[in-house]
Amino acid sequence: MIADFEYFAPKTVDEALSLLSKYKEEAKIIAGGQSMLVVMKRGLLSIEHLIDIKGIEALDYIKYDEKEGLRIGALTMHRAIEKSPVIQKHFGVLSEMERNLATIQTRNWGTIGGNLCHGDPAGDPAPVFIALNAKLKLASLGKERVIEMEEFSQDYLEVALEPDEMLIEIQVPTPPSHTGTACDKLMVMKGDMGVVGAAVSITLSPGDGICKDARIALSNCASTPLRAREAEKKLIGKVVNDSLLVEVGEVASTEATPPVDVHGSAEYRQEMVKVLVRRAATKALERAKAA
Amino acid sequence: MKGELKELKLTVNGKSYEFKVKPKTLLVELLRNELKLTGAKIGCLDSACGACTVNIDGKAVRSCSILALQANGREVITIEGVADGYKLHPIQEAMVEHGAIECGFCTPGMVMSARALLGENPAPSQEEIKEAIQGNLCADEGYVKYIEAIEIAAKKMRGGN
Repeated sequence: MIADFEYFAPKTVDEALSLLSKYKEEAKIIAGGQSMLVVMKRGLLSIEHLIDIKGIEALDYIKYDEKEGLRIGALTMHRAIEKSPVIQKHFGVLSEMERNLATIQTRNWGTIGGNLCHGDPAGDPAPVFIALNAKLKLASLGKERVIEMEEFSQDYLEVALEPDEMLIEIQVPTPPSHTGTACDKLMVMKGDMGVVGAAVSITLSPGDGICKDARIALSNCASTPLRAREAEKKLIGKVVNDSLLVEVGEVASTEATPPVDVHGSAEYRQEMVKVLVRRAATKALERAKAA
Repeated sequence: MKGELKELKLTVNGKSYEFKVKPKTLLVELLRNELKLTGAKIGCLDSACGACTVNIDGKAVRSCSILALQANGREVITIEGVADGYKLHPIQEAMVEHGAIECGFCTPGMVMSARALLGENPAPSQEEIKEAIQGNLCADEGYVKYIEAIEIAAKKMRGGN
């Protein structure tokens, strides 16, 4: 059962940051709590001071500008991202990812920032944000910094937040022209955490169809979301065709060190990485060609 | 201080309440233990089964995965607040008439998910209905009748037969 804690519900970012700077390691932030309460119920997290930021309305927003790209407030609900017309139009892969993230009930209460800060390597959003080259804005009292999504995950359920810091915003740049991004995951049941998952972004050089840039990120394949850099290298500088994508999947599979549990052995997961990387890359390629 | 009681104001089924609760109290515990509204079931207590589904501000959410204090200032509707007195809601009526009920344990959650769906989408496709109750597990696999009953209810609510 959940152990007792002291509860605060700040209404502004500054109030939340003041509490964090006061209590530091003894404090823990809760947003929607859709992941965190599960951990709390198992007694895996003992909290002195719980800072409930779900009520900070200023961090619930989706903003888009062609030059600046996409800005998502940390407390934006999953369901809002899924349904956002501007995201569906310019960053469709995010909306697709959300459609398979748990269930509507969870998406109606859980927040994108909470998901990222939970730091689960099996989470769906982080690999997609890595493929999209996203950055995160973090804040502590009187200070702000921006880090790469890729640098944020440190280890299983550990992220690069200082004890007095919180996530404020996810920043997704407008992709270069002729870029396509797609994601896929293997689910036991729709909405489950991926047994393994892949997000792929491909940028083509117009005219000759050569791959100019590629970003590949895997979920549930390491203790953090995993960037498959060797697989990316296999793509960059080549004309992309089906047999190359098969090879790219094979290389990505050698980079994965997936966990073992009731849903699959490490060997099975590595086989599935081949399939999912190829599928996501095929879709990303189609989109890059159509872009 | 750890465990110190906190004030909580919320509306449940149209009535305003004020409580003093331990911060660790889950919404489903408040509803069942304090208000004796036992329609929202505790199935898994782990965000997996959907039997505890209620509506907050019109949206389907899992009351086992929300701290009661997080519902502060919000409007909660449980299965007990769905019918209009003795007059069943069209979703309930359709489920009764169509036999969309098995042992009944998952039914309140199914109704609450369907209510939220029809609140924002009066004419859902079968796919959309499936997606709406995807998070509500029925141990008797009575899904087909639930889906059909929700379709019937939607039609009725739109003014058809």
